[in-house]
Amino acid sequence: MDNYGASLDSIFHALADPTRRAIVQRLGQGPATVTELAQPFAMALPSLMKHVGVLEETGLIRSTKAGRVRTCVLRRENLAAVERWLGEQRAVWQARYGNLDVLLEQLKGEDSED
Amino acid sequence: MKIDPRFEFVVDKARNRITVEREFAANQQLVWDCHTRREYLDRWFAPKPLTTRTKHMEFKVGGYWHYAMVMPDGQAFWSRLDYQSITPIDGYVALDGFSDETGAVNPELPRSRWDVAFAGAQDRTTVTTVIQYDSAQGVQKVIDMGMQAGLTSTLERLDELLATLQA
Repeated sequence: MDNYGASLDSIFHALADPTRRAIVQRLGQGPATVTELAQPFAMALPSLMKHVGVLEETGLIRSTKAGRVRTCVLRRENLAAVERWLGEQRAVWQARYGNLDVLLEQLKGEDSED
Repeated sequence: MKIDPRFEFVVDKARNRITVEREFAANQQLVWDCHTRREYLDRWFAPKPLTTRTKHMEFKVGGYWHYAMVMPDGQAFWSRLDYQSITPIDGYVALDGFSDETGAVNPELPRSRWDVAFAGAQDRTTVTTVIQYDSAQGVQKVIDMGMQAGLTSTLERLDELLATLQA
């Protein structure tokens, strides 16, 4: 299967977990090794590697191994599609409700003229 | 964008669900009418600079609202909202979907379920809309569709536009 662009299904699943959200957040600041990622969670490396594996499968992050050190980076292009869409949906609802405020004021004005 | 304490937009990714909540300074009957009558819907539903154009509206169980959001250049994005249950003036449930100008719903694209509830207290009414997708694959298809249709690029500018309008 072509792995270009992560499926939303797996992205939603991946980000439903607080540890994985924290990993994504941390990688938003720049690349990190698996050891560095494990530190704030007081988590054994094998457990952390499972989370890294899930994130990698979704295409949200990429990891490379140099010697014994595995480094992870965020793939921003795949995260962006979901977040952008949600931002747009939010903007649409906020905008249409702004219109509704105006309409309600107009209708209330018409009422009182009756 | 300005922070509006009356507006809430909550995303539940694990359940493929969006909840939109908003308070209005009007009584429940008036807010209900604005959601259920075509002559009112046409005046607010599309975000500016788009306008709303209703082709068919029958607000009853089994009936539907067939409408377009129209861009300033005339390009129209058609949708259809099928009413499944109605409890005046407290709420209704409907299926949202992409359609064409004839009103035919695109069977390739998933439909989301809208559960809309109205709660009024004197001259204040809160509207809560729960938008439920069956699966995240469904959401993905909707996003792809928006990108193809050019809707996405239009909406991307909406935030900036809103900031200008509200300034």
